[in-house]
Amino acid sequence: MRGRLMREGEFRDPSGCAVAGVIDRSGRKMTGEGMIEAIAVMHDRSNGLGGGFAGYGIYPHYKDFYAFHLFYDTVKAQEETEAFLKLHFEIVYSSQIQTRKMPAIKDEPVIFRYFLAPLPRKLADSQLDEREYVARCVIRINAGTEGAYVFSSGKNMGIFKGVGYPEDIGRFYRLEEYEGYAWTCHGRYPTNTPGWWGGAHPFGLLDFSVVHNGEISSYDANRRYMEMYGYKCTLQTDTEVITYIVDYLIRKKGLTLDEVAHVIAASFWSTIARKDERAREQETLLRRMFPSLLVTGPFSIILGYEGGLMALCDRLKLRSMVCAEKGDRAYISSEESAIRRIEPSLDSIYAPAGGEPVIYELYGKGGRGQ
Amino acid sequence: MSLYIRPDYEVVRNENRCIACRVCERQCANGVHSFDPETGLMKADESKCVNCHRCVSLCPTHALKIVKTDDVYRENANWDIQTVNEVYRQANTGGVLLSSMGNPKPYPVFWDKLLLNASQVTNPPIDPLREPMETQLWLGKRTAKTERTADGRLKDTLAPQLKLSVPVMFSAMSYGSISYNAHESLARAAEELGIYYNTGEGGLHRDFYRYGKNTIVQVASGRFGVHKEYLETAAAIEIKMGQGAKPGIGGHLPGAKITEDVSETRMIPQGVDAISPAPHHDIYSIEDLKQLVDSLKEATDYKKPVIVKIAAVHNAAAIASGIARSGADIIAIDGYRGGTGAAPTRIRDNVGIPIEMALAQIDERLRREGIRDEVSLVVGGSVRSSADVVKAIALGADACYIGTAALLALGCHLCRSCHTGLCNWGIATQRPDLVKRLNPDLGYKRLVNLVTAWKHEIEEMMGGMGINSLEALRGNRLMLRGIGLTDTELRLLGIRYAGESL
Amino acid sequence: MKRIYVNEQWCLGCHLCEYECAYANSGIADMVRALKGKKIYPRVHVEDCGEIHFAVNCRHCNEAVCAESCISGALSKGEDGIVRIDGNKCVGCLTCVLVCPYGAVMPSPDGHAAMKCALCTDNFAGEPNCVKHCPNGAIVYETRANGL
Repeated sequence: MRGRLMREGEFRDPSGCAVAGVIDRSGRKMTGEGMIEAIAVMHDRSNGLGGGFAGYGIYPHYKDFYAFHLFYDTVKAQEETEAFLKLHFEIVYSSQIQTRKMPAIKDEPVIFRYFLAPLPRKLADSQLDEREYVARCVIRINAGTEGAYVFSSGKNMGIFKGVGYPEDIGRFYRLEEYEGYAWTCHGRYPTNTPGWWGGAHPFGLLDFSVVHNGEISSYDANRRYMEMYGYKCTLQTDTEVITYIVDYLIRKKGLTLDEVAHVIAASFWSTIARKDERAREQETLLRRMFPSLLVTGPFSIILGYEGGLMALCDRLKLRSMVCAEKGDRAYISSEESAIRRIEPSLDSIYAPAGGEPVIYELYGKGGRGQ
Repeated sequence: MSLYIRPDYEVVRNENRCIACRVCERQCANGVHSFDPETGLMKADESKCVNCHRCVSLCPTHALKIVKTDDVYRENANWDIQTVNEVYRQANTGGVLLSSMGNPKPYPVFWDKLLLNASQVTNPPIDPLREPMETQLWLGKRTAKTERTADGRLKDTLAPQLKLSVPVMFSAMSYGSISYNAHESLARAAEELGIYYNTGEGGLHRDFYRYGKNTIVQVASGRFGVHKEYLETAAAIEIKMGQGAKPGIGGHLPGAKITEDVSETRMIPQGVDAISPAPHHDIYSIEDLKQLVDSLKEATDYKKPVIVKIAAVHNAAAIASGIARSGADIIAIDGYRGGTGAAPTRIRDNVGIPIEMALAQIDERLRREGIRDEVSLVVGGSVRSSADVVKAIALGADACYIGTAALLALGCHLCRSCHTGLCNWGIATQRPDLVKRLNPDLGYKRLVNLVTAWKHEIEEMMGGMGINSLEALRGNRLMLRGIGLTDTELRLLGIRYAGESL
Repeated sequence: MKRIYVNEQWCLGCHLCEYECAYANSGIADMVRALKGKKIYPRVHVEDCGEIHFAVNCRHCNEAVCAESCISGALSKGEDGIVRIDGNKCVGCLTCVLVCPYGAVMPSPDGHAAMKCALCTDNFAGEPNCVKHCPNGAIVYETRANGL
């Protein structure tokens, strides 16, 4: 812990932001270059205090292993964490993540990548399902090891983030060298200036990654509910709690993405009353089952997961968001300009309504959507 | 020897205004006012006055006021006048002191030491006059398994819940302790508002079965008025384990209040004191409670939520944890300021803990144990305004019970003499000429007005916080800050001090 | 037409209506000055019998016997249905007082004419003052199907 401003997790940090995402539904790979260009257009929505990217399909050679990305502040933190990892996983490969030195990016921590497989004996002893086992290990490191932070933990995907403008962060991580079928990115405008790399976005758990723009007013209601189910909101950011909600509802409660949208951005009761019987009954039930997971206040999020992206805004649509398509590619962005920059001629573009989930998935890849 | 004890209040009549219409005389059941035909003037005997303000309210020329007496004993910071008078009173009678309504002592009111948040710049406040603002909620268990039908639809596996349009319900006040007209007012208001009222432990009058879908029936230690149809008529069943005004003791309805109608409704003899036992004699521990919860559910075909009401006492969090595992759907917690129709003064003024602390600790405990979804929490005693409601929800309550505030809406002036049965406002009495003073057509409307006004205020406060649904306020303790609180109080309430940033 | 009715069930016998009536018809804006130290002559009377109380006032009968029996033409039923008395025409024979089945017409304080309720259309109250000030909503001003 450095003697300076408090970092994320020690206080609650509301922030405004820019988000963007792209997916090629045919599975054709793109480098991270497009996203860097797109987010650079929205430079003014960030203030240089955080930027990040998530890429899906980027580790085809290690696609069966959990790819952990870690920040280390100290050698001791790294030693402790690696000891923990060895105890719980087979470490298939580990190395420092290759970065590009540049003047705009300073004070970076040690950044490591591991490809991991849970130790079969340990996994069996835990009586947990494999993903739950991995998730718990992530939460354990992040809540329990000072100076170490797991910021990416999914299979065949990776999060890259840090303090700086997002386009600089993209270059720093050499994202033009990675190829994936889907990308999301985030430029941050926090209202505090902690400058901690772990506090940048996207936030991820397993293959879920979330980029978010807004400040939710339901935060503490959501947080206290999620902590009841073993999640630790160590960063105290909206993005973190939203990621946990999505993980909980999908992985533990078995909801579909569409149902998740009707929980966190539920239609107003008055709107539900006007829907057809089937929708009315299902949406009422969801609100009665998970009232504490309703998220209020402005947000626009892009949820990344294996095989797809989902865009969702708060039910009053207090944050801008547009969706567009061109051939196999689908785009999501805070501003249309970012999409036009990388694809000037679009087949279609529209602004989804508040609370309306927009789901783009790989053709026939069996993502988690409808 | 019986010492004369000077009353605390005096009736002051402005003779320049009094027109001797004698309305005060006709409206005082205590016989304070009288007309002197020789002088043509009104007189007052303040020794009979309970300071209920009926005369003051009805005096057409506003000639009356009640003032604190300036008669004093020699000043003594330790022996205040009331304490001394209570000693005299007990020396006169040899009896236990009786009181009504809630604890009036100057203990801290934590609601008044909590401040709410509002949005500025980084997220927008929401205007409830222009945008939807949801105060609707459901009470009950939220533990549902995700099961699907063959076509993939979610199955409703939830236990029965209560739907409320506002997070406010009328708390338990029995027919007997309050009048038929008071009950009718509460029942009709609950129906119009889309909320619930509570029978208390006095049974349910036949005339009110038609309000069943807005009625919570109580099963208390005396089992007064409990039978199959009573249970079946209700929307929910409340097991009363305790009451904030008198934790650890049962109820006492004086025989004078047990008229023919009350006796029939309670299924007890007329004119004889109705004393409910301190404990339920079939519940000496938590596993016994579970059996009663199960029996009541079995008796009503598992169609109605069961509420367990406890007084807020020192170990409330652990007790609540036990109740949450007993199969109960809702826990009602009654703070030490909660009202009553009659309680021993020493119990009312010295037993129990503040509802704010009990609520904060119970909510936190249930969350730590991962069982907050097993129950909803309803808090009362005393919730005085919409601001108290909002603060209670933010601390973690699902809804609030209001008793005293509802009675105030019906005209009660908190004279705290319910136990005398001579309520001049027609509320806490069974004397027909007094009962008729509460016209339910007016009474129910005033209750509807009150709750509607609170609803608007709740919406305004939520909107200011950028929250447009009550669900997002529940347990949202970051919306609260403390002021004038010690570190221990802040810790127990789970909130930060005003000025401490996010 | 809208008439004043009393719901006996809610009438408390407080007699406030009598004072409000006398005040409204006093022509004096200050209630204390209007009523203090004076005998009042209200047009509404509360009948008390044990626990039963009933504030009686003019029914404004469809076939008003008071008007029919008036020897000077002072009493008449207007197009608005209100039975009024013209004090200038009244000779004080009090036939109307005798024939009214409700006791709702009475001699005025000066004894030279009769007086009765005109639903406060003839004073500054503008709306029935007894209704406005009834503390229990027992006196109402409404239209009822059967008229009486």
